Amino acid sequence: MNIDIVIGILNIVLISTTPLVFAGIGELVTEKSGVLNLGLEGLMLVGAVTGFITLVLTGNYFYSLFFSIISGVILSGIFAFLVLNLMTNQIATGLALTIFGIGLSAMLGKKFSGTPIEGLNPYYFIVISFLLVFMVSYFLSKTKSGLIVRAVGEDHNSAYALGYNVIKTRYMTIIFGGVMSSLAGFYISICYAPMWQEGMTAGRGWIALALVVFATWKPWRLLVGAYIFGGVAIMQMNLQAIGVKLPGQFFNMMPYLATIIVLVFISSNKLRLKLSAPASLNMPFEKNQ
Amino acid sequence: MQPIIEFQNICKEYPGVVANNNVSFKILRQSIHAILGENGAGKSTLVKILYGHVKPDNGQIIINSDLVTINSPTMAQSLGINMVFQHFSLFESLTVAENLILGMSEKISLSKLKSKSETICNKYGFNLNLNSPISSLSVGQRQSVEIVRSLLNNPKILIMDEPTSVLTPEEINKLFKIIKKLVADGLTVIFISHKLDEIINLSDHVTIMRNGKVISNLTTKNEDPESLGYKMLGYKVTKTKQINNVDYSENVLTLSNLSSYSQDPFTTNLNKINFNLNKGQILGIAGVAGNGQKELMEILLNENDFEFNGDIIFKNININKLSTFQRKSLSISYVTEQRLGHSAVPEMSLSENILLSMNHKNYFKKGDFINFDRINSYANDVIKNFNVDTPSFNVKAGKLSGGNLQKFIIGREIMSDPELLILSQPTWGIDAGSEAFIKKSLIELSQKGVSIIIISHDLDELLEVCHNISVLYEGSLSKSLNVESIDITKLGKYMGGLFD
Repeated sequence: MNIDIVIGILNIVLISTTPLVFAGIGELVTEKSGVLNLGLEGLMLVGAVTGFITLVLTGNYFYSLFFSIISGVILSGIFAFLVLNLMTNQIATGLALTIFGIGLSAMLGKKFSGTPIEGLNPYYFIVISFLLVFMVSYFLSKTKSGLIVRAVGEDHNSAYALGYNVIKTRYMTIIFGGVMSSLAGFYISICYAPMWQEGMTAGRGWIALALVVFATWKPWRLLVGAYIFGGVAIMQMNLQAIGVKLPGQFFNMMPYLATIIVLVFISSNKLRLKLSAPASLNMPFEKNQ
Repeated sequence: MQPIIEFQNICKEYPGVVANNNVSFKILRQSIHAILGENGAGKSTLVKILYGHVKPDNGQIIINSDLVTINSPTMAQSLGINMVFQHFSLFESLTVAENLILGMSEKISLSKLKSKSETICNKYGFNLNLNSPISSLSVGQRQSVEIVRSLLNNPKILIMDEPTSVLTPEEINKLFKIIKKLVADGLTVIFISHKLDEIINLSDHVTIMRNGKVISNLTTKNEDPESLGYKMLGYKVTKTKQINNVDYSENVLTLSNLSSYSQDPFTTNLNKINFNLNKGQILGIAGVAGNGQKELMEILLNENDFEFNGDIIFKNININKLSTFQRKSLSISYVTEQRLGHSAVPEMSLSENILLSMNHKNYFKKGDFINFDRINSYANDVIKNFNVDTPSFNVKAGKLSGGNLQKFIIGREIMSDPELLILSQPTWGIDAGSEAFIKKSLIELSQKGVSIIIISHDLDELLEVCHNISVLYEGSLSKSLNVESIDITKLGKYMGGLFD
């Protein structure tokens, strides 16, 4: 095998995996505080389209990034309000958010589909994604605020009894997750593609969700998992390039198959799940006033 | 002496219940003030109001002569009020150190925390390993973590909500010594309990509550357990006496070398449990919560295929592999700990709840259809024979008070004519009247020749009802002691793991 091909593959893996790291690390923090947000796919798409439209209209990358992030803040803020204040079901609300995001992004982006733009260099963001994993890991394991996030996710009633503001903590983590997802979307439409196409995140939001479970809620494992998943996803063209004859659909299926295998493997052992999953995950918190 | 806390006309109403009705009294500085009352008398609501956990509808709290509004636990802490909860507010998967940090209002470095908590531990005789996760600690150790965590905030007032309900007699003595030392060092302790002896032993003053109202404020040294009990309940409870006429020749249930090997750190593995249960005998399984009671019940009930070694022999049949359904068909009945959600479905009517545990009886079915007439009349009989206070069998189970629902559940099982009845915490958290009735029913049932196993943390209850008592400690079962000639200190030692 040619060394150039290996380097080429690694390069592509690096570039294509970064959105999984962003969305995954955001969701990890959200879930650590006890909230399951299934809206990642929707958040990513809206983040992607807002960033793209802003760039086309203003030509300014900073504005583009800014508005992409704002879209994440708004959408995840709405999600937080629904699940935290109105106590709607987290799963149903998350799914609704994804469906809403898919529709909204398609509608907004209709006129911009196929518009050519000049992409941003992805390598800055790859560095940032590694830094983020480090920072989240440090935050969760070494700081008091991180400890509070874990405590809230572990047992929200105890956390409330000790005087911590469960709702506020969860607002913060949900919005952090939302911003990370829209950043992943921004990266896809501005750095990775760079273009806008309806549904262009192609299920990465779901893979990011599976990643968090795969990583058993640990930041560094999430990074490793992201690269395994990302590697499988882009294996198709590279293997074909070196002459392996397998149908393309098989490789397109691989990340989902891997996700299912991992989920089965992890949930087959109740103990493993119980020891690593935040105990209050997906449970609504109600003050007993 | 100037009072440190004064409650003035505190009112709190929940839908359908008045939890606190014009509660007013004073608590003196540097004293142990007990609040006594039955479950549901409003004690917990009152201290939760003081701790900023619950907002009162009306009334005010005066602390150190200042009128204060306590909106949150954080605010209570800044006023020097801390609380040790009945159901601990600890985080299972976090370490002791992390739990301690979470309880502190100020930011603190790990090394400073270490030295501070060590000072407290040495002064009051606690023994904590800061790096162990909470899930690995015994209940007594968990309580120590809770108390140390409160003390780290230098409180002036410490609220303790039923702190002894999960401790062994020895641990209770130790706790009382600690409390007395804390008060000597300037703390004011509010001690909530429904155990009369404890209040007599520990407190300086006692406030008695019933149905949300203050019944009286007393100086403890002028009282005795009988006078307090009468004031708490408003009536005298008559006790039924157990007689020992067990036929020790007829064996009903034998457990031999029962052991379990779960890897789950949240379970306690059973270690070679052996016992014989005879016809008409009541065996009490005592012990502090978390010593294998849950696992023993799992194995006896077999709802979740909990894996174990050893044999369970019921009347010469090995029932190891039999499902719950098959075991019930052999006339074994069960009353599990959790009333709502396990023994009964809250959203279903009482008669529907009959069918849930009687599914093995064809008597209630016409083919695959339900015979409602028979279920309804069965429910009616249970309601009548077991003094269940309810307008009809159509009432949803969740609407009944704890005591009434427990009478209904136990009545349902007893009326199905079991040969063996297994109960877990049968009188936990219910009113004294229902408790007395249930104890009486169980004693009468044993006189009729039914064998009974009662798993309970409440030693007094076991001493009153059982013929024999064994103690579970970390998954091992002590030999059984005959209640008629029982040595309480020995029982206490067993509960602390000192078997002979």
